[in-house]
Amino acid sequence: MSNITDRPFPKFVRASVRLWTHGSRVYYAWIALLLAMVVVGLLGYRTQFSEGLVSTGLRDPVSWGFYIGNFTFLVGVAAAAVILVIPAYVYHWKPIKEIAILGELLAIASISMCMLFVLVDMGRPDRLLHIMPFIGDINVPSSLLAWDVLVLNAYFFLNLGIATYALVTMSRGHEPHNKLFTILVLSSIPMAVGIHTVTAFVYNGLPNRPFWNASLLAPRFLVSAFCSGPAIMLMLLQILRKTARLELKDDAIWKIAELMAYAMFVNLFFTGAEVFKEVYSGTEHLQHMRYLYFGIDGKTTLVPWAWLSLIASIVSFFLFLLPRTRKNPVLLNIGCVLILIGVFIEKGIALVVPGFTPSVLGEIYQYAPSSTEVMVTTGIFGVGALLFTLMSRTAIAVLNGDLRVERPDLAVAAAHT
Amino acid sequence: MSETLIPSITRRGLLGAAAKAAGAAAVASVALPGCDDRADQVREFIHKRLREMSPDEMRAFCTRVEADCKERFGKDVLVGSEPPLKDVVFGYGLDLSRCNGNRKCVDACVQENNQSRPSPEGPHNNPIQWITVLEMDEEAGIELAGSTAYYEPVKVPAPGKAYLPVACQQCDNPPCVKVCPVKATWKETDGIVVIDYDQCIGCRCCMSACPYGARHFNWSEPNLPADQINGTMHVLGNRPRMRGVVEKCTFCVQRTRNGLYPACHDACPTGARVFGNLLDPESEIRRLLETKRVFVLKAELNTHPKFFYFYS
Repeated sequence: MSNITDRPFPKFVRASVRLWTHGSRVYYAWIALLLAMVVVGLLGYRTQFSEGLVSTGLRDPVSWGFYIGNFTFLVGVAAAAVILVIPAYVYHWKPIKEIAILGELLAIASISMCMLFVLVDMGRPDRLLHIMPFIGDINVPSSLLAWDVLVLNAYFFLNLGIATYALVTMSRGHEPHNKLFTILVLSSIPMAVGIHTVTAFVYNGLPNRPFWNASLLAPRFLVSAFCSGPAIMLMLLQILRKTARLELKDDAIWKIAELMAYAMFVNLFFTGAEVFKEVYSGTEHLQHMRYLYFGIDGKTTLVPWAWLSLIASIVSFFLFLLPRTRKNPVLLNIGCVLILIGVFIEKGIALVVPGFTPSVLGEIYQYAPSSTEVMVTTGIFGVGALLFTLMSRTAIAVLNGDLRVERPDLAVAAAHT
Repeated sequence: MSETLIPSITRRGLLGAAAKAAGAAAVASVALPGCDDRADQVREFIHKRLREMSPDEMRAFCTRVEADCKERFGKDVLVGSEPPLKDVVFGYGLDLSRCNGNRKCVDACVQENNQSRPSPEGPHNNPIQWITVLEMDEEAGIELAGSTAYYEPVKVPAPGKAYLPVACQQCDNPPCVKVCPVKATWKETDGIVVIDYDQCIGCRCCMSACPYGARHFNWSEPNLPADQINGTMHVLGNRPRMRGVVEKCTFCVQRTRNGLYPACHDACPTGARVFGNLLDPESEIRRLLETKRVFVLKAELNTHPKFFYFYS
């Protein structure tokens, strides 16, 4: 009998840990930066833990803010990272396996961040079990948030399972060809659409909040996610092409950028359609959009952010639409950053806060994230980046063929022949 | 059972108080149940749902809350768990012609229902008021946009101003109940929407869903001075809340299920408030509905409030 530590999975884990703890100076500096971010987050959460959510900028009129905004943005990233598998398949890009696996790892990291954002936003995190399937008594089918918890959990474990199985199999020198595996990979694509749709429905299903109660909300969520998710993937793929032996042709990168331009066009068109409807109708529902873009009675906290988001989105659209600019590596990456800025604001505070402002009783409470919220958010992004860094180090080593574990029985069999 | 509210006040009130006292005395000597072994403790931690408790469990739970209050505030309190009365659905009426924005209802409500008091000198001033009185221009009619809850109520009514008190409308089709992910809030058979403070996870979905701004969150530990505690409590109503949970008006469930009027009703110096059993043809609220033209707030949202406004 072989020792348990000689089995493939423990060997795989040990090899991964060795990778995580060894690297260049740039790698160590990067890890140190992320750990520092996590410490900042813990310090922020200590304040929130001892004082309560009163340490945030939230109050009764605006009861969701930066945390839930970041949650919404990251659900989009998690969804779109996996959806990139579709064009990879359609256009026969060489590294489809790499794109699929990195997309899944990005999804795992994003969903982890989503769950942390929900956790820090809860008034009673000690009662987390109440909302867990089977343990708690969750309000399905009527509560959309209950559905969201279900689908996010399912999506998390689905991607975790797929990625772990694929990487362990490949590290043993096999290809992950298996009917169940293929079905799971394919099912993660509609699931990706599902998590973002259900998250949109959490907002969409509230008729007392006209800013969210528009049928375009879920489609807008999806198209903006098709911008932000690929933007992160595009930058990652370029980095990995330089630092790891990842083969990716320029054509694939340009094609992703082109597809993002179309997604951004639809996103801007949808935004325009909503602006037209509200402005031309001119009902009291216009108040929320007015607060976002112009402010009301000199209360203009959101205005600069709203315009920054809109301008960043429009500029990136043109950068990615014109072949000359999207084929320029510098402009391409500027475009990615602009898209991220645009969507981060649009699906974050510019989505959540105007829904509450003016409040249902007409109050205009000017919400802005407190320093505690910014610190906790920094920490959660640190955790997410750390998770993704470690997971992708393992993944790249496996994909490059540097991380190999042999099954002991096979090794013995080989020695005998 | 009496069908009218008034005769039931004295009888129910007395009976309720007597039953409560007897119940408390009977259970006080019994050891707290469920604390014998750890499995029970875990089950209790996860499954302590007021909705599903047997009468015995409920009584034990109320005793525990009483003991907890004694420990925290050094005060003897009575925590009741009166179920909804049979053949009763409560309704509220408010005469906007009489209301002059004096906010006596707000003060009475804060006192009665043990709401968090302001602490302007402290770092975490987080007062909670279940009733919001909005001041708006008389000319505009009911116009929430541009209204304010922050007016100085020393001299009311201010010239040209009208007032609109808003609290939980006890919707017959409550959107807050629909969105709660953990079934921590529900509508009782007497129409009162209640919250199980021990189930609430503080996600604040209900606050997003409420069209009336009626739900309030304990952003910090509530500031409840021991000498200001109202010791007559209901387990689904005015018992002290904890940090991180949502609370709201319950039509003073601790009073109305014992035949008393809500505190805001009794405190109103202008007589603007009407309360009673919607199922009782002789009740004041039914007389109001039959003789006046009433309206509800945001009728287009299909929430079917049981809080009716009218002009006399």
